[in-house]
Amino acid sequence: MSEARDWPLYEIFIRARGGLDHKHVGSVHAADASMAIEHARDVYTRRLEGVSIWVVRSADIVASDPAESDALFEPARDKIYRHPTFYDIPKEVETL
Amino acid sequence: MCQNFGRWCRHGGAYMYTQGLLDQGGKAAAAEQLPEDAALLQRFQARVDAEEKIEPKDWMPEAYRQTLIRQISQHAHSEIVGMLPEGNWITRAPTLLRKSILIAKVQDEGGHGAYLYSAAETLGISRAELIDQLLAGRAKYSSIFNYPTPTWADIGAIGWLVDGAAIMNQIPLCRCSYGPYARAMIRICKEESFHQRQGYDIMLQLARGTPAQRRMAQEALNRWWWPSLMMFGPPDTASQHTALSVRWKIKRFTNDELRQKFVDFTVPQAKFLGLEVPDPQLRWDAAAGEHRYGSIDWSEFNNVLQGHGPCNRERLGARREAHEAGRWVREAAAAHAAKQRARAAA
Repeated sequence: MSEARDWPLYEIFIRARGGLDHKHVGSVHAADASMAIEHARDVYTRRLEGVSIWVVRSADIVASDPAESDALFEPARDKIYRHPTFYDIPKEVETL
Repeated sequence: MCQNFGRWCRHGGAYMYTQGLLDQGGKAAAAEQLPEDAALLQRFQARVDAEEKIEPKDWMPEAYRQTLIRQISQHAHSEIVGMLPEGNWITRAPTLLRKSILIAKVQDEGGHGAYLYSAAETLGISRAELIDQLLAGRAKYSSIFNYPTPTWADIGAIGWLVDGAAIMNQIPLCRCSYGPYARAMIRICKEESFHQRQGYDIMLQLARGTPAQRRMAQEALNRWWWPSLMMFGPPDTASQHTALSVRWKIKRFTNDELRQKFVDFTVPQAKFLGLEVPDPQLRWDAAAGEHRYGSIDWSEFNNVLQGHGPCNRERLGARREAHEAGRWVREAAAAHAAKQRARAAA
């Protein structure tokens, strides 16, 4: 319904500096992807906040369901042996 | 990362319900709440109490959703309508630098409106609906923008006082329990500080200028002082929304607490300018460690809120005209995008 009355929504991802990941910053409405980049430039980088912009149609994003977050993420909780600090290494052993 | 992307979950009852509700004249009918699971409610409150952020796809009470839609959209409308009194001075700013600064500030206000509409949309309402509500006169925006800006000093006073009051209101909102709103506010607060300082800078220059310029600065302070105090909303004893908003950590301080803080911050700034705050009852209460100020004329506030302020009609008229004048641009852009898509598909 909103699409007929308004331009589609795009999610905006910005790379703050070379070497960093693109990070989600918000969204803009735009008629197409190139306009979304122009709007994102005006809305999210007025103070040199970025060197690169990604735009993705919001409707194309598939997200996990928070109601299932336990089922998804709980199994990682008790596997503490996956962390290096789990292992007690004698002090005498260096560079390990 | 998934937590940011809630607005595509359109099958939930809450989303549909919200749409239906607001289509009927924008009134959030809290009384018509869906029966909600007490356990969910308890879990929600526990998360809020533990300072966890609520994200768009998380379960939330319908009244929380409605309160946020109302507050965030009013805030967005205020940013957009707030562009008008200042836009009035862009062509007449006294120097090229002042003009560039004012354009940047007005552009920021537009950006703030965009961040906030975007945050409101995560709650399952479309921007088009929110703008319809504004243009139809069914939505509120801050009463302060219904006052005129007759002189250049008003632009200084707006930055110093109006943006100063806005910052006071907005800093606690950076810790609001609703994630998208809190994130938008962090971005906005970073930019508001420039607004306030450029305003004080204008006042400083006028206050150090000729007697006519000093008079202009004083008159602007006289015009904007009381409306700025009213920006914090009705006194705590009369505020409809405070208790629940505090429990939900949408609001961290009451209207009167923030108003007091604003007075305490601003009075010394006026003194530094050599200007007089237009309140004969204003005095420092050493025992309490705060200023005592005179009583606020709430009948004026209510009058402006009900549409009878000096510029209410002009402001909404300007918004409607801009919306209509921009219609062909929106349609042309959509037609161009459709043509490009068709060509790419061929």
